[in-house]
Amino acid sequence: MTRINVRVDGVTYDDDVEPRTLLVHYLREQLGKVGTVVGCDTSNCGACTVHLDGAAVKSCTVLAVQADDGEVTTIEGLAQDGSLHPMQKAFHEMHGLQCGFCTPGMIMASVDLLRENPDPSETEVREGIEGNLCRCTGYQNIVRAVQQAAGEMRGGARAPSGDGHVSPAEVDTAAAPHVAGAQS
Amino acid sequence: MTAVEDRSTEAPEREIGKARRRKEDARLITGRTTWTDNMVLPGMLHLSVVRSPVAHAKIASIDVSAAQQSPGVVAVYTGRDLAEEQGSIPCAWPVTPDMVNPGHPSVAVEEVNHVGEAVAVIVARSKVAAADAIELVDVDYDLLPPVLDMEEAVAEGAQLTHDHLESNTSYHFVFDAGEAGTGADTDQAFADADVVVSRRFVNQRLIPAFMEPRSVVVQPQGDNFTMWSATQIPHVLRVMLAMVTGVPEHKLRIIAPDVGGGFGGKLQVNPEEVIALLVARRLGKPVKWTETRSESLMTAHHGRDQIQYVDIASDREGNVKALRVRLLADMGAYLRLITPGVPALGAFMFPAIYKFPAYRFECDGVFTNKVPTDAYRGAGRPEATFAIERAMDELAVELGMDALELRRKNWIRAEEFPFTTVAGLEYDSGDYETATQQALELIGYDELREEQRRRRESNDPVQLGIGFSTFTEMCGLAPSRVLGSLSYGAGGWESASIRMLPTGKVEVVTGSTPHGQGHETAWSQLVADSLGVPFEDVEVLHGDTSVAPKGMDTYGSRSLVVGGTAVVKAADKVIAKARKVAAHLLEASEDDLEFENGRFSVRGTPGTGMGIQEIALAVFAAHNYPEDVEPSIDAEATFDPVNFSFPHGTHICAMEVDTETGMVKIRKYASVDDVGTIVNPLIVEGQMHGGLAQGIAQALYEEAVYDADGNLTTGTFVDYLVPSAADLPHFDTGNTVHPAPGNPIGAKGVGEAGCIASTPAVVNAALDAVRHLGVRDIRMPLTPERVWRALYEGGDGGDRATAGTNAYGGASTETTAGVSTDASSLGGDR
Ligand code: FES
Ligand code: FES
Repeated sequence: MTRINVRVDGVTYDDDVEPRTLLVHYLREQLGKVGTVVGCDTSNCGACTVHLDGAAVKSCTVLAVQADDGEVTTIEGLAQDGSLHPMQKAFHEMHGLQCGFCTPGMIMASVDLLRENPDPSETEVREGIEGNLCRCTGYQNIVRAVQQAAGEMRGGARAPSGDGHVSPAEVDTAAAPHVAGAQS
Repeated sequence: MTAVEDRSTEAPEREIGKARRRKEDARLITGRTTWTDNMVLPGMLHLSVVRSPVAHAKIASIDVSAAQQSPGVVAVYTGRDLAEEQGSIPCAWPVTPDMVNPGHPSVAVEEVNHVGEAVAVIVARSKVAAADAIELVDVDYDLLPPVLDMEEAVAEGAQLTHDHLESNTSYHFVFDAGEAGTGADTDQAFADADVVVSRRFVNQRLIPAFMEPRSVVVQPQGDNFTMWSATQIPHVLRVMLAMVTGVPEHKLRIIAPDVGGGFGGKLQVNPEEVIALLVARRLGKPVKWTETRSESLMTAHHGRDQIQYVDIASDREGNVKALRVRLLADMGAYLRLITPGVPALGAFMFPAIYKFPAYRFECDGVFTNKVPTDAYRGAGRPEATFAIERAMDELAVELGMDALELRRKNWIRAEEFPFTTVAGLEYDSGDYETATQQALELIGYDELREEQRRRRESNDPVQLGIGFSTFTEMCGLAPSRVLGSLSYGAGGWESASIRMLPTGKVEVVTGSTPHGQGHETAWSQLVADSLGVPFEDVEVLHGDTSVAPKGMDTYGSRSLVVGGTAVVKAADKVIAKARKVAAHLLEASEDDLEFENGRFSVRGTPGTGMGIQEIALAVFAAHNYPEDVEPSIDAEATFDPVNFSFPHGTHICAMEVDTETGMVKIRKYASVDDVGTIVNPLIVEGQMHGGLAQGIAQALYEEAVYDADGNLTTGTFVDYLVPSAADLPHFDTGNTVHPAPGNPIGAKGVGEAGCIASTPAVVNAALDAVRHLGVRDIRMPLTPERVWRALYEGGDGGDRATAGTNAYGGASTETTAGVSTDASSLGGDR
């Protein structure tokens, strides 16, 4: 057992872990952070993506001990003070999810993508999220969601506040302009 | 804010047709989900499964003593330990009376018949302890030769998959339109035809690859059991588990919590579900099993896997005269829930939208030492659509006709609906011409043809092709009587009930169990319109046999068509009951009451009236209600359609083929689909996108490959190529709307359309690009290697499916013995 000290979604934890424990298993099984999921055993699907010290990592490729002294943000810690992150909001608005299993990882990866490239083209989004598999959506609405969030975070036309956070209540009324028959 | 003041008098906006954002999303985008694997119960034990590393062998002995001593291991069970109680995985679809079913133990007892088959189960205190003990179980196998190739398996003197059976054929299913009285004599029609084109197509084995791995938790409480499972079919599972294990049905509660995709892959009674229930019963402790992705790809059922021999006949002018289809359909080693029914479901769809006067279909279900096949998005219909849409192109080439012109000449015209096909199905509604015109515009057809001409003339190394698929499918599974006539073991009705709560809120209970489709949103829209209550006031309950006791679940594009209709019918009954109460309270005759926008009012007396939500409170108080009724306006309905519904559409793919490297790239993809009335355009579009992705993936990327020893060489996401965002194009999708006459919503079903239609459009496009270079077929998936070989070596790109993997171009995997056999050297790119 090795002792680690790690901050996850704003809470500090001091825990003993087996050296072989993967970060994703530590999060799910020891901390109950079951919002982050496991979709494969070969680091291909990205369902387990979280932020470690501000950058996206596949938490199935990181040992828990490697997160010692680190700061982890999971999908559960992305919304702040009860208001959704613009990326969460955009996934909802653009119908960027169906079963939602890939969604935590997809959202965390997409947030990181915009950190590096705040205004990605469609191709750049597609290549940027290449490490995250979705079996349901065919990706088109995920791409739209990422671009929509990008616009909002850059302070685009409909950005409600500086950092783009909106309250969940606002979400239902936003339009999905790409769908025929869309109404607010 | 006049809008607010006017609200009571203005009709609320109709919900049906509105792009409502989904109610489901709130928990899914914040990680507040209830996946089965999230479940933790006090004292819970964990299961791991010891699996066969060989495709075919007798189990000589199993030594579990070392595993039993491993720290944290509570118990180890072999097939022999469970033999008395495990029964057989059920097969609900005996397609012929003499179908051979070898029986499917959840844990192998005497012999193993595919790689990955369970041979022992470890129960341990932790998941890690259970996994660690797997390698301590020592199994001695007496190897038998594996049966892997269907054409060899049905040949005289073939090795047997199951040596207690007489052959590798499970069944021989025939539909002959001449004999059925729905068409002319097929042999005669072929004998009389001017032109006959015969082709052999391979519809390769695929893996559903839902993103959430399968998981099951069982909690025993006395002689009651609650099972949480990542399943599409909690209701079907309950009945089947009761029948298989003898746990009485009323002692069994099944819950499908949040389920992360299924695509038919979770339409199953899994061996691990049976095992978990048996172990929980033995130990009296809660147990959990969650698969790894490798286990999932190796042992969850696969889909497709047919060899199709198609003969198509026409006259010189291109009027089709007859169609003959013979299939070899790979069952794998065992028959699971609807394994044999999948090709039979496709049997009626080969004639598609064309007016064939004669049709004969024959199918052999063939056993091989591979994991069983079963439902995968479309289940039988993608295979049929692929064959006919490829065959129409081949016929067009033979006749020197434009592929679209040939289709147009033969398809059912809009004014001919309802149309009874040569397969005896009555197509409900549609307009193939209009959908096609719209799709041509959407993709910019004339420009693309012009570009194709330019590239051809200049001998451009990158050639362009355009491929069509003008498809239809049978959806809305299904009329129970028809299913009965096809020997299916159950009906296809669906159930719903509506509970009007005292505060006017509405609980809708549905037997359709979603796993990503958005039922909570769509059903709320239906009920909001029917009852005239706000969308937000509706809660949809599902997926728990205690909460939603009756249901047939979600598959076959049936939920909205059948389950949604049950909801609408239940709402009608609520209104009928409420009408009696309203008449009583308003002191009016029922006949004088109008119901509009959620209110009953007395005709001709403005200002009077009562909302249905107020009536809910009135019957809750029950102080004043009519003598002859119960104090409730809750209602239940079961809907059983009389016919299938038949969505259709035109899909067009423009494909670039690099003739120097064999790389293919979709330039543009456009589809116009008629799925009947659209309740939520956002959801419909999403379903189309997802289906397109999977259909295109069959054409370009995915293939479950077994090597010469029967090892699955595509057992991880490194090798089984589920496409990423970068692998797929942008889709231009559109709709025409011809409401389905068979249900009051007018919906036809949308879940499978994209997956059924797209595959042949993509392959036809690639062939259209290189046909002038002498290529007439390329085997799916169209890997660069296969395309290159088809271009430079002829044939269909090679029979490389026995060894190697797509990911490494087939070059890196030898047989497990490390010896190259005849069969293994066939494959691969060495
Ligand atoms: S679970 Fe981490 S990449 Fe798949
Ligand atoms: S939404 Fe189901 S896998 Fe992406």
